[in-house]
Amino acid sequence: MDFGFTETQTMLREQLARFFRERYDFDTRQKMLAREGGRDPAVWKAFAEELGILGAGFPESLGGLGGGAVEHMVIMEELGRAIAIEPYLDTCVIGGHALLAASGPLAESLVPGIIAGDVIMAFAWAEPKSRYNPARIATRASADGAGWTLDGHKAVVLAAPWATHWLVTARTSGSPGDRDGVSLFLVEAGVPGVTRRDYPTVDGIMASELYFERSRVGPHALLGREGEALPLVEELLDRAAAATCAEAAGTMRRLHELTLDYAKQRVQFGQPISRFQVIQHRLVDMLMEVEQAVSMAYQATLRLDLPAPERARAVSQAKAKIAKGARFLGQAAVQTHGGIGITNELAAGHYFKRLTMLESRYGDQDHHLARLEALMMAEAA
Amino acid sequence: MDLAFSPAERAFQEEVRAFIAENYPAELRGKQEEGEELAKEDYLKWHRILHAKGWVAPAWPKEYGGPGWTATQRYIFSEELARADTLPILPFGINMVGPVIYTFGTAEQKARFLPRILSGEDWWCQGYSEPGAGSDLASLRTRAERVGDHYIVNGQKTWTTLAQHADWGFFLVRTDPAAKPQEGISFLLIDMKSPGITVRPIITLGGEHEVNEVWLENVKVPVENRVFEENRGWTCAKFLLAHERTGIAGVARSKRGIERLKSIARIETDDDGRPLLHNPFFRRKVADLECDLTALEFTELRTLAGEAAGRGPGPESSLLKVKGTEIQQRITELVLEAVGHYAAPYFRAFPEGSNEYPIGPAHAHRAAPTYFNMRKTSIYGGSNEIQRNIIAKMVLGL
Repeated sequence: MDFGFTETQTMLREQLARFFRERYDFDTRQKMLAREGGRDPAVWKAFAEELGILGAGFPESLGGLGGGAVEHMVIMEELGRAIAIEPYLDTCVIGGHALLAASGPLAESLVPGIIAGDVIMAFAWAEPKSRYNPARIATRASADGAGWTLDGHKAVVLAAPWATHWLVTARTSGSPGDRDGVSLFLVEAGVPGVTRRDYPTVDGIMASELYFERSRVGPHALLGREGEALPLVEELLDRAAAATCAEAAGTMRRLHELTLDYAKQRVQFGQPISRFQVIQHRLVDMLMEVEQAVSMAYQATLRLDLPAPERARAVSQAKAKIAKGARFLGQAAVQTHGGIGITNELAAGHYFKRLTMLESRYGDQDHHLARLEALMMAEAA
Repeated sequence: MDLAFSPAERAFQEEVRAFIAENYPAELRGKQEEGEELAKEDYLKWHRILHAKGWVAPAWPKEYGGPGWTATQRYIFSEELARADTLPILPFGINMVGPVIYTFGTAEQKARFLPRILSGEDWWCQGYSEPGAGSDLASLRTRAERVGDHYIVNGQKTWTTLAQHADWGFFLVRTDPAAKPQEGISFLLIDMKSPGITVRPIITLGGEHEVNEVWLENVKVPVENRVFEENRGWTCAKFLLAHERTGIAGVARSKRGIERLKSIARIETDDDGRPLLHNPFFRRKVADLECDLTALEFTELRTLAGEAAGRGPGPESSLLKVKGTEIQQRITELVLEAVGHYAAPYFRAFPEGSNEYPIGPAHAHRAAPTYFNMRKTSIYGGSNEIQRNIIAKMVLGL
């Protein structure tokens, strides 16, 4: 057994941590959110050109660094610490894995673009009525000559306004909820017939509603086999959930540090509030959640390559546990800060907002517990 | 023991219900449902309607313009307001400074301020907390120095709710820096238009401008605006804090909140496409919350009965505050869970007057900001940690 990181992984973490310390502090981040488009594209360029991290999870044969899920985890933890808004999860974790799974000429044509920072991807899997079930979708794709025509509404597509390519799930047969009939398409942003409505999210990311109306895409847009994409979509969501666990662990660790610092310097009744036992115990309970979150992020990450049911169990356990811990920690951090914790002035409040969003991103606690119960029942049967 | 209201109380309930139905402005109802930010004039509109009816200050004695209701009538009245989801009557004048003035003030202060509080002519704000004095309120440092027939006030207050609209503020200031913390404080009424007062907004997590910093620089306050004796303002402050806590349980509002949660959970669907309220995990959480609310309601009713029997609201109001705010916060958690993906879009960023149709269902728009905002309830009005200290000390004698 080995929970150590390789020298390369440690370097990756330190390099990224330094970048965030020096060029992505809280004030800088807030200024980026206020910019046209809601981000600073130079950061993504620096990820590609200065840090060279965008290829961390890709094979060397495609120009990557030959890493995998552990590298993603390290990067996501650091992004979480900085409450970054960069679309790494969307592009490199989800997009990267989808392209590698599809293999062939498409991956070869797009992966170098991702590594160079020119290609950004967004995953359009949710719909207004899907909740967290990727099979409960109504968007349709019909064969149209050599290509396909898409019709439907994809909801809260994170990073869609920034993306050059969208991964879109659509039904080629069946009805919402059916496991068969789900197909996955790679759609170039700006394809005719799509209305995009962009908005910021409460945690500072940009997202879109995508409305497809007789949108025509070519024959090569279909990734994998028609109607059989659900297992891949589920795997993408599991990888996204595991990466989100790592992100949350980083965000929780940092918010705990901020709260501890605050409690040490805030004086009431003639002493720092950190001297009060009620505050000490709360800070300890928070730390226990941080440590368990990190453990669960490892656990999920290291089991991503197992067969689907085992992978699902590992990821759902991690996400359910972290959703609960993130809520507790965020609320405890605000309560310990008092009024100042609810203002937009201090970083702590923004960490709380991000954690609140991470609770339910790629499935909330109820969703993952229900999935675990279903796995348990299937095992017992 | 009898749970039922008397025939007279039932008749009163009918009267209140009918009055609200006939008189609550329709345009306010619309604004609230849309989750729009409320203007000063919105609050005042409803305030004036209640004032004209003589109902704006349910707890005030008759001689000062109150309706002379029993504790049970006051309970019924607040239940009915919440049931109809009306705007709240802002507490700063009616529930806070008003009772301080009629309890501790001079005849001149009563004559000058009370009628204008009732009519809504004066909008009041509360100058208590300071950057260095939150839970430890008695450590406040805003200084008032006596110069002839005036005080000269210097300092900074914070978390001053809706001070941007205020005509008057009631402030705790230090008049004797040499005395023990609680013994050198005085209670001043300050005209917010006085030279030297600066009000700066504090923007909270949902993007709201609800609270402010108030800076006081050489503000001249006539001595006649001091309530009660010099250096004995802490008596007024403690009295006021007890008043602030009654009603803080918010039972009726929480009932209404759970009704709204259920109606959202009937529309939203779970992973299998069923209404969320049919989902066993979700509906159990709602049922659990309703148990908590019933326990709170009956605890409040027991307190109310004690009050009717002549026992004033004591430390048990701290229990109502802690449990009441936990329930209010829990409701916002479950609404947030219920709306799923559509908790994420942030709407305040839409340009003013934009005619774009909103994203996601209307009931989701304020879910996250409200969840964030309601974290304040376990912090304000004496944080829940302080409430537990009060119970430990006053009830358990620890």
